[in-house]
Amino acid sequence: MSRYDRYLFSTGAGLLALIWVLPLLYAVWTAFHPSAYEANFTLSAPLTFENFAKAWNAAPFARYFFNTFVLVTVITGAQFVLCTLAAYGFARFRFPGRDILFGLVLLQLLVMPDVLIVENYRIIHALGLVDTLAAIALPYVASGFGVFLIRQTFMTVPAELDDAARIEGAGPLSILWRVYVPLAKPTYLAYGLVSISHHWNNFLWPLIVTNSTETRPVTVGLSVFATTDSGVEWSVINAATLMTSAPLLLAFLLFQRQFVQSFMRAGIK
Amino acid sequence: MKRREWVWGWALILPALTFIFLFTHFPAVMTVINSFWSTPRGRRPARFVGLENYERLINDPTFWKVLTNNLWYALGTIPLSIGLALLMAVFVNRPFRGRALARMSFFTPTVLPLIAVANIWLFFYTPGFGLIDQILGVFGVGATNLLGQGGTALPAIMAVAIWKEAGFFMIFYLAALQAIPPQLSEAARIEGAGRWTIFRRITFPLLMPTTLFVSINAVINAFRLVDHIFILTGGGPDNASSLLLFYIYETSFRYWDTSFGATLTVVLLGLLCLLAIGQFFLFDRKVHYK
Amino acid sequence: MLDKFFKGAATAAAFSLATALPAGAVDLQFYFPVAVGGGAANTIEALSNAYMEANPDVKIDPVYSGSYQDTITKVITAARGGNAPQLAVALSVDMFTLLDDDLILPFDDFLETDADMAWVNGFYPAFMENSQVDGKTYGIPFQRSTPVLYWNKEAFKEAGLDPETPPATWDEMVEMGKALTKTDASGNTTQWGVRIPTSGFPYWLFQGLVIENGGTLANAEGTETYFDSAPVIEAAQYLVDLSTKHKVMEPGILDWGATPKDFFEGRSAMVWTTTGNLTNMRNNAPFDFGVAMLPANMQRGAPTGGGNFYLFKGTSDEQLAAAVDFIKWITAPEQAAKWTMATGYVAPRPATWETQTMKDYAAGFPQVLTARDQLEHAKAELSTHENQRVTQILNDALAAAITGQKPVETALKEAQAKADAVLKAYR
Repeated sequence: MSRYDRYLFSTGAGLLALIWVLPLLYAVWTAFHPSAYEANFTLSAPLTFENFAKAWNAAPFARYFFNTFVLVTVITGAQFVLCTLAAYGFARFRFPGRDILFGLVLLQLLVMPDVLIVENYRIIHALGLVDTLAAIALPYVASGFGVFLIRQTFMTVPAELDDAARIEGAGPLSILWRVYVPLAKPTYLAYGLVSISHHWNNFLWPLIVTNSTETRPVTVGLSVFATTDSGVEWSVINAATLMTSAPLLLAFLLFQRQFVQSFMRAGIK
Repeated sequence: MKRREWVWGWALILPALTFIFLFTHFPAVMTVINSFWSTPRGRRPARFVGLENYERLINDPTFWKVLTNNLWYALGTIPLSIGLALLMAVFVNRPFRGRALARMSFFTPTVLPLIAVANIWLFFYTPGFGLIDQILGVFGVGATNLLGQGGTALPAIMAVAIWKEAGFFMIFYLAALQAIPPQLSEAARIEGAGRWTIFRRITFPLLMPTTLFVSINAVINAFRLVDHIFILTGGGPDNASSLLLFYIYETSFRYWDTSFGATLTVVLLGLLCLLAIGQFFLFDRKVHYK
Repeated sequence: MLDKFFKGAATAAAFSLATALPAGAVDLQFYFPVAVGGGAANTIEALSNAYMEANPDVKIDPVYSGSYQDTITKVITAARGGNAPQLAVALSVDMFTLLDDDLILPFDDFLETDADMAWVNGFYPAFMENSQVDGKTYGIPFQRSTPVLYWNKEAFKEAGLDPETPPATWDEMVEMGKALTKTDASGNTTQWGVRIPTSGFPYWLFQGLVIENGGTLANAEGTETYFDSAPVIEAAQYLVDLSTKHKVMEPGILDWGATPKDFFEGRSAMVWTTTGNLTNMRNNAPFDFGVAMLPANMQRGAPTGGGNFYLFKGTSDEQLAAAVDFIKWITAPEQAAKWTMATGYVAPRPATWETQTMKDYAAGFPQVLTARDQLEHAKAELSTHENQRVTQILNDALAAAITGQKPVETALKEAQAKADAVLKAYR
């Protein structure tokens, strides 16, 4: 690479990165300054934490956080268990109907519950679960993507390891737990992070099935908070935005490297 | 032995399949069935109406507008977000000063909730004192009203989606790029191939499976993510920035016309299937499976 | 705290828990829309708490439910899901929709004494127009508003206008608007004369223009609209002309939420928006501003707006009695005065304005009186059966006309045809 090329390269990368980070920088700017400086970028603007206090007091964010936390934990946990079992079944057992059933599972990659809001609402209604955290979680607890991903990883586990464990007298579940799951750790990490961020950020479905503070996740709470009949106060809304995304943002900044590496090892490419 | 294997196999997949069938296949089938019935209202129960909902659909100008919008939206966001993702991956795959920072800034939009960042973008687009207008103002350009004009509202919505998605797709490309053995391009260079040739003839073909994976994701997202519309335009002006799923939401949960909502969903399902099949065929010949 | 999560499975447990509670405790769930940062939410909470202190056997659980739009959606969703709140503040115009879905109860069953009747008759008649049908009262006005014109006195001074005289007629608004519209050296407009926001629900402010022009958007039964009548078309033409012909208003759809900020930043010298913004304006406007009635054309006029209290079906008699008692209490002069001062919403009963608290407040902040005085010219907000759909039809038509995609008359004619198709079933 010539010096000229290198220069062009890093300028391009830098410029693109700047554009990409601008919205976040702006959110940070407004969140830490009084609202008079929302559209007025002078360096001498006084710093303040008042917007955070205002946002925190104006809506029950603590409850929203708790809801999201429970929700994400339950969904990701259930997905791990259900998808692991199914992936193991599809990867290592032969039974009639396997390929058709796997095809039907793959169909969920395409037709996600997100687009079936009308009928899924009807089902949740019929189950008497409207306005519960369970209603938000149920359509997502089994994921076609998860089954597919974990199955791909399980397929690469050498059959000898499986056989060796069987000779020792281990049953299928103990083989799954002792041989397969440990070998698929990078896949779990990658999938877990994708799943957590997806459900942390999910909006439309929770908007439809929740009505009350007790069940609202942060995304819906934030939208309730931000759509007003009087004026938009960006400084307070952006403080709330930062607040709601901070835990996730921090987690990803910390795990950035592992994240990319686990994707490589998970073989999603 | 064989019977035991069957039982194990079925037992293992049963829990996941139950949920997947209950919340994907069953509602998909019910959507089709309900599209032939009328919406129950108050004390009036649903009745079989045959193709009436479909007739209404064909005569509904809003439906056609929303469908066209969604196709433009897909056509705009998919190639651009994938192209940018690839560019970003190529950028941060090479060491340079500030690489970690660049990678971080590409990736952070992925982590932020779309509904939250929409508020930030709302400010960017605000006429006069919004960030875009402040920057344009430096160059003497007057106020723009991107969200408030029929022609620009949809592109403005698309920009947010591209910004949000490219970083996510970048991760997949980055993982794929790092898995390509450097010897390959080394060898090609010795044979006198230029960098562009190497990229076009070696790197890009090797990235094909990733491109397939990413583009399927991009297609689905183009029809699945409508959160930002709630904040930015509410579908306006005159449905200029409304997408199919947003219209389904409005029809079903604002006007409570669930049968028509189901009819619209049938179209969406059909479209998704069609696109997926098309994509598999399009890429099938080009993907280098291992 | 996880009880919600296991609701389905734990009904039995919940039942035994409920029976363990002290007898006579009445739970009320109460949905209300809220404005950001303002005192609205806190005031509702404070008022609910005050009520609970005075009535320890009643437990009120106020639930934020977002904008008016979100609130009505949430209320209907919850009611259809079989867990309607006992009471809610929702848009007064959704009365027909709630009735069509058979979700609400009339207040009349609880109005037995003469004092009760006096209470119901003690609200401003303009507010009751959207609250009664077929001789029954389904809504009690509470969070009610009406649009007013806010003007920037400093900008008026700069433009050589009298800072104490707002426009009284349409023509004056255009003329003053022209004086107030400023362009910089490169021909870009830095200050617009007037801003009538048109995003989200343009029909509301537009209805102000229609009434001023002597027109009506719909009949009182909510079965007939007049979108293509001459006064309506003229009003729409005036709105479009503000940008295209007179060039005193920024072209395109103007965001509702950004309007106060636009005013504070000095980009618009006059803005039309709700009185619900009054407190926001007072706290954040960096200049002296005035509040005026909307300008007249053939007459003065404005729509009413905002939310009423509704009672929902599926509520026990005991809860209903408690709910009505709470509503009476919170709309009483002292409480309503607190509410008005915190938000700028119009106190819905003349009696409120007679309280000392309110008199003191108005003396120090006379702008608050404009909305009240405008009420005598106000008419009911557009309300029909399938209200959400019908108003959206008008919204789309207005948006198409404003952005120049369709000529005004064509857009409104099409809208009328669409509305007819929807309302046919209710005639």
